[in-house]
Amino acid sequence: MSIAIDLAIVWAFIIAFAVFVYIVMDGFDLGLGILFPLFPKKEDRDVIMNSVAPVWDGNETWLVLGGGGMMAAFPLAYAVLMPALYTPMIVMLLGLVFRGVAFEFRWRTTRERNKWDFAFAGGSLLATLAQGIALGAILQGIHVNGRSYAGGWWDWLTPFSLLTGAALVIGYALLGATWLVMKTEGELRDRAYGLSWALLFAMLGAIGAVSIATPFLHVQYTQRWFAWPNIVFTAPLPIAVAAVTVLLLRSLAKKYDYQPFFLTLTLFALSYAGLGISMYPYIVPQSITIWQAAAPENSQIFMLVGVSILIPLILAYTAWAYYVFRGKVQAGHGYH
Amino acid sequence: MFEGWDAVVFARAQFAFTMSFHIVFPSFSIGLASYLAVLEALWLWTGREVFINLFNYWLKIFAIAFGMGVVSGIVMSYQFGTNWSVFADKTGPVLGPLMAYEVMTAFFLEAGFLGVMLFGLNRVGPRLHFLATLMVATGTLISAFWILSANSWMQTPTGYAVNAAGQFIAADWVKLIFNPSFPYRLVHMVLAAYLTTAFVVGAVGAFHLLRDPHQAGARVMFSMAMWMATIVAPIQILAGDQHGLNTLEHQPVKIMAMEGHFESHKDGAPLYVFGWPNQAAGKLEYAVGIPKLGSLILKHSPDAPMAGLDTVPRENWPPVFIPFWSFRIMVGMGLLMAGLGFLSLLMRFRGRLYDSRLLHIFAVAMAPSGFIAVLAGWITTEVGRQPFTVYGLLRTADSVSPLAAPAVASSLIAFAIVYFTVFAAGVVYILRLMADPPHPGEAGPAHEVPARAAGITPAAGAVTGAIR
Ligand code: HDD
Ligand code: HEM
Ligand code: HEM
Repeated sequence: MSIAIDLAIVWAFIIAFAVFVYIVMDGFDLGLGILFPLFPKKEDRDVIMNSVAPVWDGNETWLVLGGGGMMAAFPLAYAVLMPALYTPMIVMLLGLVFRGVAFEFRWRTTRERNKWDFAFAGGSLLATLAQGIALGAILQGIHVNGRSYAGGWWDWLTPFSLLTGAALVIGYALLGATWLVMKTEGELRDRAYGLSWALLFAMLGAIGAVSIATPFLHVQYTQRWFAWPNIVFTAPLPIAVAAVTVLLLRSLAKKYDYQPFFLTLTLFALSYAGLGISMYPYIVPQSITIWQAAAPENSQIFMLVGVSILIPLILAYTAWAYYVFRGKVQAGHGYH
Repeated sequence: MFEGWDAVVFARAQFAFTMSFHIVFPSFSIGLASYLAVLEALWLWTGREVFINLFNYWLKIFAIAFGMGVVSGIVMSYQFGTNWSVFADKTGPVLGPLMAYEVMTAFFLEAGFLGVMLFGLNRVGPRLHFLATLMVATGTLISAFWILSANSWMQTPTGYAVNAAGQFIAADWVKLIFNPSFPYRLVHMVLAAYLTTAFVVGAVGAFHLLRDPHQAGARVMFSMAMWMATIVAPIQILAGDQHGLNTLEHQPVKIMAMEGHFESHKDGAPLYVFGWPNQAAGKLEYAVGIPKLGSLILKHSPDAPMAGLDTVPRENWPPVFIPFWSFRIMVGMGLLMAGLGFLSLLMRFRGRLYDSRLLHIFAVAMAPSGFIAVLAGWITTEVGRQPFTVYGLLRTADSVSPLAAPAVASSLIAFAIVYFTVFAAGVVYILRLMADPPHPGEAGPAHEVPARAAGITPAAGAVTGAIR
């Protein structure tokens, strides 16, 4: 029994890790799509595309690991959440179709070129919005009966989920802008700086709004954050957010290359930890805990063997791929 | 408009639709990845320019096909949760780990090295680049391994137990992964992918030979593809035969449907070549059959008795019409492929491989044969398994998500619209690339000014620093 409990926690961390890596990697990738309409010049768009073309597929594979891993490690949670999030999930998948094919299609045509640029931007925006809405819908709680979802197919749509949707769009856009700061030069980079400033303030507003709204969703969240003695452990988080924000402002003011991107990632990590604090130990808030949803021990052990060997390997060759395509991307010099 | 249609029907239609689109791309890219690895190896080994030209030519096509395979695959992996949540809950503990292993051993490998394979030749040099190509090709094969293991388990489940919550759990992972139909399905599918690619490559080669029989690139690819057809098509027919025998052992009802055997035959069953299955009446109308051949093929004895669907309760019948016909389409394609392989061998010995118009026209016509056979084969397999998702254990009607029909119907319509427009555009771009013959100094998927990307680069020097 004690082993089973540990395994469920281990797997909760693994899935959380996969989802976080996904947010880190595909976040800036989708963010570039969201920013696309703000860079109407063809040369700029080519550079933006080229900065992620060699790695986008790997970035998106973390989403497959997050979903597939959840079906494997917490099948009950997967079976309840997916129907509950039906519409946002379908919209996300369709958005990913449009933006995914745009990477190749836009080079294959001159006439319709802007069509695929539009598909890239629109697909990225839709997928992000859907992810953010899904997050809000999970947080606000899901109607469960026995082993299945018991709500309707519009339950996910509330002001709160729309707020988290908008927040994620802003957050990914900020990641995208700081990525451009890091990977580009000249005028393009200057514009990315400007956007980073604006988006950072918007993001701080969004973090604030979501943080204020969350405790009102459910007493559990309120107690988790504000009841004594929990507050001793939760208080450092907002303080850390404030500290990172100061550093981020400073790095933008000093026009650093790398710091803005990595500090934004830290901001994401902190917000993500906050989410974890709110949710734990539920995987479907207020109704299913990670232990209730856990797959049998032998399934979790079977996969754990693979995870402990393969994930480090994957991280290593992914890092190598990023290393091969390191440095600034220049206009007119695609990879060839 | 859709009265009487429930969520199950829409969910099945959606699965069939999205899966049919998905499978088309992997069957092409599994074969093409291996073909690219072979081309690059030949280039490194011989240093002949024609091989790097062909490599770059097919690499651009691969990039497009692969991208479409990826996005359609992501849709598949989420569909288990959205549309088949009861199935996901019950089979998650056994199928989930197999698919998770697929992600970790195959998808990451492909994706991690894809960027280097597509754009990295100049950055990492030929040897590391070849390694990347090999990794991508290996990744596609590992992917086929896991997903076919998962699918085969649904067809012939072994090595499992059922827990208190009604979930399937593993009793023996080795038995579960290497379940009885898996080896047959894996061999048959990988050969199918190779054949699919070979017939596309062969058709493109033949198309350009028809215009100019002296093009070096077209000659090389046509010859390579025809060797593949000559050797692998007959092997595929043998593998298919073995696959069928295995199915007879483990899923006899499916064979009854594929063969149109509504009635039992006490002394020797015929092989029906043609017929019109009438499910309601439970008989095969207008049947044209060869007496005793069915028993001869399936039981190796002309007089062996064979049970028919009349021995099976009606609620366990699969719909006969679809597997009966899809099976015949697949077998027909297999025979045509072997026929083309044989004809090409004949012409090769006569020294007319590169100038026989008849052969070339035949090869061009066979371009879609692999796709048709793959789709027909999967439809046989999947529809023949009905009415179960896990054969004999979990019914399709009991696997579906608790969703209202309009929800599933609208997502089905959305998928149909998006897939038809997006993937049709992709196919057009691929065909456009194919319409141009491989040039000397063919450029790779260069992501820059479109004029270059279209592949019209002046000769020489433009083997972009590849030869070092
Ligand atoms: C190029 C593709 C191709 C070709 C030429 C053939 N097949 Fe096939 N067949 C497939 C591609 C395929 C497939 C897509 O790979 C399937 C679907 C699922 C599977 O396991 O393999 C399949 C399934 C499949 C099944 C169903 C097994 C089951 O699930 O119970 C049988 C009995 C055969 N095949 C037999 C044959 C025979 C006798 C062929 C000889 C002419 C043949 N196939 C040609
Ligand atoms: C790759 C090519 C495949 C094709 C073309 C294909 C085709 C189909 C078709 C036509 C159906 C509908 C059957 C019916 O409604 O009578 C179906 C159902 C289904 N297939 Fe497949 N399939 C493929 C592979 C797979 C794989 C690899 C899996 C699982 C790992 C799978 C799992 C299912 C499930 C869960 C259903 C839904 C339940 C059902 O109707 O059987 N299929 N598929
Ligand atoms: C229900 C069944 C299936 C699911 C859930 C599924 C899922 C996926 C996913 C998520 C991807 C994208 C991977 C990435 O992000 O790089 C993918 C691609 C791929 N799939 Fe499938 N797949 C299924 C059936 C199949 C079958 C039957 C085959 C072949 C035998 C196959 C072979 C591949 C290959 C080779 C790729 C790489 C992309 C490509 O080559 O086009 N898959 N699949």
